[in-house]
Amino acid sequence: MSQTEDNPGSRRDFLYYATAGTGAVAVGAAVWPLVNQMNASADVRALSSILVDVADVETGTQITVKWRGKPVFIRRRDETDIKLARETPLEDLVDTESRNANKPGTDASDQNRTLDEDGEWLVMMGVCTHLGCVPLGGASGDFGGWFCPCHGSHYDSAGRIRKGPAPRNLDVPVCAWFDDTTIKLG
Amino acid sequence: MSGIPHDHYEPKTGFEKWLHSRLPIVGLVYDTIMIPTPKNLNWMWIWGIVLAFCLVLQIITGIVLAMHYTPHVDLAFASVEHIMRDVNGGYMLRYLHANGASLFFIAVYIHIFRGLYYGSYKAPREVTWIIGMLIYLAMMATAFMGYVLPWGQMSFWGATVITGLFGAIPFIGESIQAWLLGGPAVDNATLNRFFSLHYLLPFVLAALVAIHIWAFHTTGNSNPAGVEVRRGSKEEAEKDTLPFWPYFVIKDLFALAIVLLIFFAVVGFMPNYLGEPDNYIEANPLATPAHIVPEWYFLPFYAILRAFTADVWVVQLANWVSFGIIDAKFFGVIAMFGAIAVMFLVPWLDTSSTRSGRFRPMFKWWYMLLVIDFLVLMWGGSRPTTGIYPIISLIASAYWFAYFLVILPLLGVIEKPTTPPATIEDDFNAHYGNH
Repeated sequence: MSQTEDNPGSRRDFLYYATAGTGAVAVGAAVWPLVNQMNASADVRALSSILVDVADVETGTQITVKWRGKPVFIRRRDETDIKLARETPLEDLVDTESRNANKPGTDASDQNRTLDEDGEWLVMMGVCTHLGCVPLGGASGDFGGWFCPCHGSHYDSAGRIRKGPAPRNLDVPVCAWFDDTTIKLG
Repeated sequence: MSGIPHDHYEPKTGFEKWLHSRLPIVGLVYDTIMIPTPKNLNWMWIWGIVLAFCLVLQIITGIVLAMHYTPHVDLAFASVEHIMRDVNGGYMLRYLHANGASLFFIAVYIHIFRGLYYGSYKAPREVTWIIGMLIYLAMMATAFMGYVLPWGQMSFWGATVITGLFGAIPFIGESIQAWLLGGPAVDNATLNRFFSLHYLLPFVLAALVAIHIWAFHTTGNSNPAGVEVRRGSKEEAEKDTLPFWPYFVIKDLFALAIVLLIFFAVVGFMPNYLGEPDNYIEANPLATPAHIVPEWYFLPFYAILRAFTADVWVVQLANWVSFGIIDAKFFGVIAMFGAIAVMFLVPWLDTSSTRSGRFRPMFKWWYMLLVIDFLVLMWGGSRPTTGIYPIISLIASAYWFAYFLVILPLLGVIEKPTTPPATIEDDFNAHYGNH
């Protein structure tokens, strides 16, 4: 084989880089569909909003509905719940943001968490913000709200984290009154 | 393959010569099973064979179970009951597979702790050790996904909690979690991909096992004395070793028979002893079981995950230093993966030039404490998160990290080891008399 001149910046270098670059793009183009197929499929993405009839929910009870594969708590709070939540000063909270998708950027006062001004209806994801277990309701835990049995997170009667490993208040999903007795989720 | 001088395969007949010059496969098998093996290996060196047996058992029972199982959220639980009640001998196949996973982990933990005591990870066997750790990680991933398949309550909520670990990563965590699950929550897409990967990973494991064996056949086995086989000549090497076949094969099979005696007693008489009764309740996405616990073999790391709560000072320090990006949840995840990462690094964290723990008077005690610590963590992981248990788990987690990151590096400097025997032959004769 004859000796070739291989100066920096020669045509040969250009061919190396062009070939390697084309190869990298080809590998990326082949891998991306294999990665993307694992993202949520169209039928999963389609189940984005549902209507919930809450006419039969008694004061002081809670219903749990499944929305986007996860439980949503809809609690019709009694006087004790409301009083307990509204008398808690903000300084006592671990997470001082409302975590309410309907009122982004607001503080975690009880009024910013509930669906109505009076605080009778509390709608939130039944998913512990620690590792995703479903907290137990019925005024359980040390703060008269919810208690997560997995790793011991205590939420108060407004679904705000008070004690335990969970970092955030229970999330309030996008929701609104559809008519007088129906709540629309999503 | 081995660096220890020994006899190699010589093709004799015409056919053997014909094949050998085209594909030296008989020679490869011969050199593999005739490898010179240190003759002082004790009973702690039998767990490799038990592990090989477990992998074969799991693959065979798994393939036949897959013939009857349906990976769909509406049918998975029923198809497992179909295996238990209708498939001929199906209950036995399933119990073998479920308890086979436990035997696999018992064997791998003893195998790892043997390596930690006798310094099997030290030069020149670091690569063998790291491949072994990769095997352990692949085993955990396989076992976790397999446990999801019966679609019981523990399956569902275990999957939710463990994939939630990825959700704890700052900024990108929730996207990664949704990508892993194929949707906002554990659902049919999750079950299907876990089934696919649960079927794939054992074959990856088999390949890693072959590389693990290749690596230690290159360096030679470690041994209880921690001194190397003499390699000056074949005669010298033969004073320190015996061929793997038949000497160690027969010994290992005898040990395997005893292990299997106990294994089959468990499979036959108490097949659900190590399982969780809640997994016989079909998965319900709207109700978490009162007490979620992983399978026993994950408990030590689960205890470490839960130990670092927001009121622990290191967590508060990390939170402050990272401007709040590292919260208690993410810290727990880092700690859990870190507890495995320190094992990967042990060849470089252990600074002592003496290989075997037998000749390290101070190391012995710290090592004993590590074994106890591991058992305490396992117990702590099974306890609720109230009362005294979190404190115990926290102290045990701290010791786990201290052993690898502080004690091992320091011991190499301050400890005065006793003198190991000059040769494996001397060690063998001291234990078993001069034959």
